[in-house]
Amino acid sequence: MTATLKDTTAIVGIGQTPFARRLPEPEKTLACRAVLAALDDAGIPPSEVDGFASYTMEETDEVELAKAIGAGDATFFSRVGYGGGGSCATVAHLAAAITTGQATVGVAWRSRKRGSGPRPWRDTVHQLPTPAQWTRPYGLLRPADEIAMLARRYMHTFGATRDHLFLVALACRNRANQNPAAVMHGCPLTREAYMTSRWISEPLCLFDNCLETDGALACVLVAADRAPDCRRRPVYVHAAAQALPAQHHGMVNYWCDDPLRGPSWTAARQLWKAADFGPADVDVAQIYDAFTALVPLSLEGYGFCGRGEGAAFCEDGALEPGGRLPLNTSGGGLSEAYVHGFNLITEGVRQLRGTSTAQVPGAATCLVTGGEGVPTSALLLRS
Amino acid sequence: MTTAARTTTDTGLLLPVPDTDGAPFWEFAARGELRVQACADCRTPRFPPRPCCPHCQSFDATWQQLPGSGHIWSYVVPHPPLLPAYTDLSPYNVVLVEPTGATGIRLPGNVVAAPDAPLDSVDPSCLYIGAPVTVVFAALAPGVVVPRWQLAEAKP
Repeated sequence: MTATLKDTTAIVGIGQTPFARRLPEPEKTLACRAVLAALDDAGIPPSEVDGFASYTMEETDEVELAKAIGAGDATFFSRVGYGGGGSCATVAHLAAAITTGQATVGVAWRSRKRGSGPRPWRDTVHQLPTPAQWTRPYGLLRPADEIAMLARRYMHTFGATRDHLFLVALACRNRANQNPAAVMHGCPLTREAYMTSRWISEPLCLFDNCLETDGALACVLVAADRAPDCRRRPVYVHAAAQALPAQHHGMVNYWCDDPLRGPSWTAARQLWKAADFGPADVDVAQIYDAFTALVPLSLEGYGFCGRGEGAAFCEDGALEPGGRLPLNTSGGGLSEAYVHGFNLITEGVRQLRGTSTAQVPGAATCLVTGGEGVPTSALLLRS
Repeated sequence: MTTAARTTTDTGLLLPVPDTDGAPFWEFAARGELRVQACADCRTPRFPPRPCCPHCQSFDATWQQLPGSGHIWSYVVPHPPLLPAYTDLSPYNVVLVEPTGATGIRLPGNVVAAPDAPLDSVDPSCLYIGAPVTVVFAALAPGVVVPRWQLAEAKP
């Protein structure tokens, strides 16, 4: 019998701070609040926490977090790189650690003041030599510019239009308007507002870009046999994957054979191989949406449609309630909060608990993805 | 020589900050040559440069001269918020060029009206995917030269 992660662990607690353009408290304080909220949600005392996982870009490290919240002796701690590509991998690392006996109670978290704090691309002193030396001197400065390059090629190759990208932005905004915690709650989006908004990097406009948010989130994992004893309905980690495809080039992937076939294809192969169900059985999805254009690419990668069909898939209300694949049901990075995709994980948990503000009736399976275009990760959750 | 290499032009445009693998590319560019790293054994070109060949694992490399022509694979037109020096030039273009003579390689750059013309010297509406371009070389600072591109013909 091959070792497996299938359903061996469950997310039993989720927690978050408010989301806003500016929060007064420091990132470390926000991290502590989110983790303690998640532990309270689970009904597990902080002294039982012995596993930690977060992003390499997270500035509150496990030492600071553990001593502040009063964690016990930690026996597993791990960091994942590549920004929002690592979101789901934090949970995957905890699942592997708990399944193999390296920890019993794991917390994953992300705390970020991207709304009021610095923009990484503005740093002109500390540049990564690769690939920055090949891109930044030409004014390809921001993640929006890097993804816009792929977006234009995608639109050219497959006949996608700005109307398709608008449908992604609209679905997220509509769900945010059902979610009082969303930064964009109370701010409806119209096609006219989208089409007349300012450019950020043509062909991407303002509404194709995620929010700039202050906020923190966390979740708590335990072994499946302990999960039923916790306070909330367990949400099981059915499958998990990380993906660094052959000849991938990191944060800017222009040099593989086919840049429009990103890491999501690799993650998907690993996920579906491990799972008891397939794309057609996914009730609701939380797809990483730092930019609208990542969504059609991800829909193709994860097998919801064929290559080049991701934009057309978004037509006919497919992403809305009752559609083929309701997605980003809390508003996502585009309209709830952009905290490197961690809010997609917590919303996946709420859907499978039946407590989302845009609940998909009877949702029993959820796909959550990390950033497409960068070394990525993904989770299949089930109730 | 100062102890730290400069990272921007006098106006604040970013200069390439080469690593060990990339340094020859910039040294050739300073001589007006567009070259990419290629395996000395199996001859496969590779970009960005790296210590060994991903196809045959050889550590012996050469720098293959390219003919200096190519086609636009994609392009973007950035608008603010940007770094101040780039805000002053926006909207400008950034292109990804597939150079002739080295399959699988795509070089970021700018389409300009003349070798030393600014980033905003070409109307973005003149750009299209597939447009043929020719390399030119722009001196950004003493000893620092970057390849740029000029449209090879008017849009049909």
